[in-house]
Order: sequence, then C-alpha cells, then structure tokens
Amino acid sequence: MSACSDKEALLHGLLDGELDAANAQAFEAHLKTCPGCAAAFSAQQGLKARITAPGVAWRAPDSLRAQLEAMAAPAPEPRRPLRRAAPWALSGGFAAIAATLAVMVVQPNLVGLAGIPSPAVAGLEDELVASHVRSTLAEHLVDVQTSDRHVVKPWFNGRVDFAPPVIDLIDQGYPLVGGRLDYIDHRVVAALVFHRNRHVVNLFIWPSKGEGREPDAVARGGYSVVHWTARGLEFWAVSDIEAKDLKSFEQAFQTHAPS
Amino acid sequence: MTGRILPFGPRLTPTAEPPAPSRGPGRGEPEPPPLSPDDQARFRRLVLPHMDSAYNFARYLCRDASLAEDLVQDAFLRAFRGFRGFRGGDPRAWLFAIVRSSHLTWVRSPGARLQAVPDDVEERPAEEDTPEDALLRQGEIDIVRTAIEALPEPFRETLVLRELEELSYREIAEVTGAPIGTVMSRLARARQMLLAALPAEEAQR
Repeated sequence: MSACSDKEALLHGLLDGELDAANAQAFEAHLKTCPGCAAAFSAQQGLKARITAPGVAWRAPDSLRAQLEAMAAPAPEPRRPLRRAAPWALSGGFAAIAATLAVMVVQPNLVGLAGIPSPAVAGLEDELVASHVRSTLAEHLVDVQTSDRHVVKPWFNGRVDFAPPVIDLIDQGYPLVGGRLDYIDHRVVAALVFHRNRHVVNLFIWPSKGEGREPDAVARGGYSVVHWTARGLEFWAVSDIEAKDLKSFEQAFQTHAPS
Repeated sequence: MTGRILPFGPRLTPTAEPPAPSRGPGRGEPEPPPLSPDDQARFRRLVLPHMDSAYNFARYLCRDASLAEDLVQDAFLRAFRGFRGFRGGDPRAWLFAIVRSSHLTWVRSPGARLQAVPDDVEERPAEEDTPEDALLRQGEIDIVRTAIEALPEPFRETLVLRELEELSYREIAEVTGAPIGTVMSRLARARQMLLAALPAEEAQR
C-alpha cells in the first residue's frame, strides 16, 4: 500500500494548490481509489500543518525592526551633512547611508576647502568632528561628569599616558562638564567637555608628535574646529558654535591653563 | 536591467535582478544617484513591511540569530540602493533574492570559514512563567524548527520559501534560479526527509 511513484508531482501539486482544475479533479478522484496515495497525501497534510503552525516562522527581533524602520524613515532636511554621514546616525535614513558611501569617495575633493594642508589632516579633522557628533548623539558625552577639575584631572591618571590640563572656564562662559576617553587617530586621547550656552565643546588632547602644526581654524559642515599646540600637547576644540566663539574659547583656555 | 548575470543567484524576469553586493569583491561600480522621495516612500510601502519574511528566510538560511540580522540589514540596504531596478512583481520575491545573495556573499567570505555556524542547533531555554500548554507548544515549535534547520541545502530554502513564505513554485524558481521541475523535486525530497525526521506529533504528547 504505497503511493504511486508516478503521481508524486500531482500529490505535491495538489497539496500546494498548484494544479489546474482538471488535474486537481483527476487526482482527487484517484485519491479515493488508491489507499497508498491517500495515506501519503494525508501524511503530507499533517506535516504541512506542523510546519505552517504559528511560531515556526521566525519574526524579526524588535531591535532589527526598529533599526530598519529608522533607516528607511524619511531623511530629515540635509542641514548637517556630517551629522547624517556619521555611521552611527542611523536615523538619517538609508539615503544618508548611501550618501555616506558616496561622500567617502568624494571627500578628498571636498575637503580641499579652507586651506586644509593634506588629506591625512583633513581625515583627522573629520574624525574629530565625527567623535564630537557621536559624543552628543550616543549619550556618551562624559565618562566622568563633574565640574570639579580636581576630580577630572586625576581621573585621567592611569587612563592616558599624559597629563591633560584640566581647568574650568565657567567665568569665561564655558563651564566644565566632565571628561571622557576617546579614540582618535589610532590612539586613546583625553576629551574635556565644556558647555557654551546649550552647545557642547569637545576639547581633544593628546601628546604632540612634535611636528609643530600651525594653529588653525576650519569649518566642517556646520562644525568649527580649532587647533593649537601647547606644552607638547595637541589641542583640538570641536563644536557647533560659531568659529569666532570657538576661537575665544581657545584664548580663554590658553590664558587660564596652568603653565 | 543591464542584462548582467550575477555569478550566483537568479535573474528575476518579472521583477529585476538583485543589486550587486554592497561589500565584498566585485564592487566599485559608480554609486547610483539617491532615490527620490517618491521612490523612498514606495520602498517603505512595498519592501519594508516584509522584514519578518526577510528575517525568517535569512534565519533559516544561516541558522544564526545575529548573522541573520546582519544579512537582513545588508539586504535592505542593497534593496534600498537598488530599488530603482525593481520593476514590479512580488517585492518579497525580489527581497528574498537579495537576502539569498547576501547570504551567498557571506558564505564565500573569509569570515564565514572563521565562524562557521555549527550544524547542530543550540537549545533555546524555555521561557519562564509560561503556561504548561504553551511550553508544550514551544517544544513542538522547537522540534519542527530543528528538523527544518537540519535539512541540507538546497532543500531547506525551497521548503522555507514554499511552506513558511508561501511562494509559488514559479516564484521559488525565480528566487533560487532553479527550473520549476527542480523546485518540485527538491520540495518533495525536503518533505520526505522531514517526515522521516519528525516523529508523529501524537508520539510527543
């Protein structure tokens, strides 16, 4: 009592609703007279019911669902290309991600503006801006949150192999918010975080390689970057405040930093 | 459609060929211009709702939860960037072809050899505080899932596309690039293996 070997295609076709009316009718008639095929068909129906039972198919995890929905959400108006180009800024939409890939290719041509000396340095400044944006987006602004420089300064001990000057510039309008470790140009660096009204100023500090780069100030897609060197350390301030305000931040810091 | 034939995967006649992998060897083609807002809205309407299907297919292809997420993300990004090439038809079949191609790209990548997914599937812990019948039900689901995951390819993908995603023979042929006759024989073979692997449900109770 086994199924007819020549009717296998018909059996699965009927099971899957793939037979035309004439073939379906003919095979149903055959099932009534052939116990072997009837048993095989019944077994297949039972199997199909088990496979198609609710719960066997996987559902996308909520995290993935949220991610894809955010990625496909309409992109906000392209005000701040760098914010949208940041790879962690998924809310920027698929378009932003696709645009990121394009921008990365085109970037070397774009950043020749504003007297950037070399693509390598331009890459560094983009990295700094990216770190700044990330610190404001990823709720990882500070590792040690205090305006007390006597807390922030020792916090860096043992975390970086240099001693960043930590000062509070609240009297100059830049209250110290805290400190953070960051990773720039293949090394761990110190980041001091200041506020300017409701804006954030990130000051990245690491030992200078002694190549004495000129102090400069550049703009990057709505962000200002100011660079100076002092006492063997590189200082890079990044913020979305006006370039001249960031420049005055630099002067305030230079003036009040312990010499 | 450019008429280019992918090194793997199908060429979808009623829809379009899947866009090229977003990473891996062979890219370097110029970036397509960004989708218009209308096309983006169309993508959200036509493709985005099928993320469960895409994940289910990816999950049974690779049998790994986190890899499946990566594959689906990659596939959606590719689908978005190649959406201009989608010319109607069932968006799910088009999406499946892209997921499948993402998976093949991964399988052929060096990373795949380093972190091969073992064939035996890890046991999922039963959820706490579940009513007894739900536990029994979960047991049955696990049994069926495990049996499906134990099917060798290409029988597994054929069965999943038919039974879980309810694609027609013709659509499965398009997604997998196999003739319809092959799809039918793979499906029959997959079911035969499952019947042999799955003890009768009554015996479980």
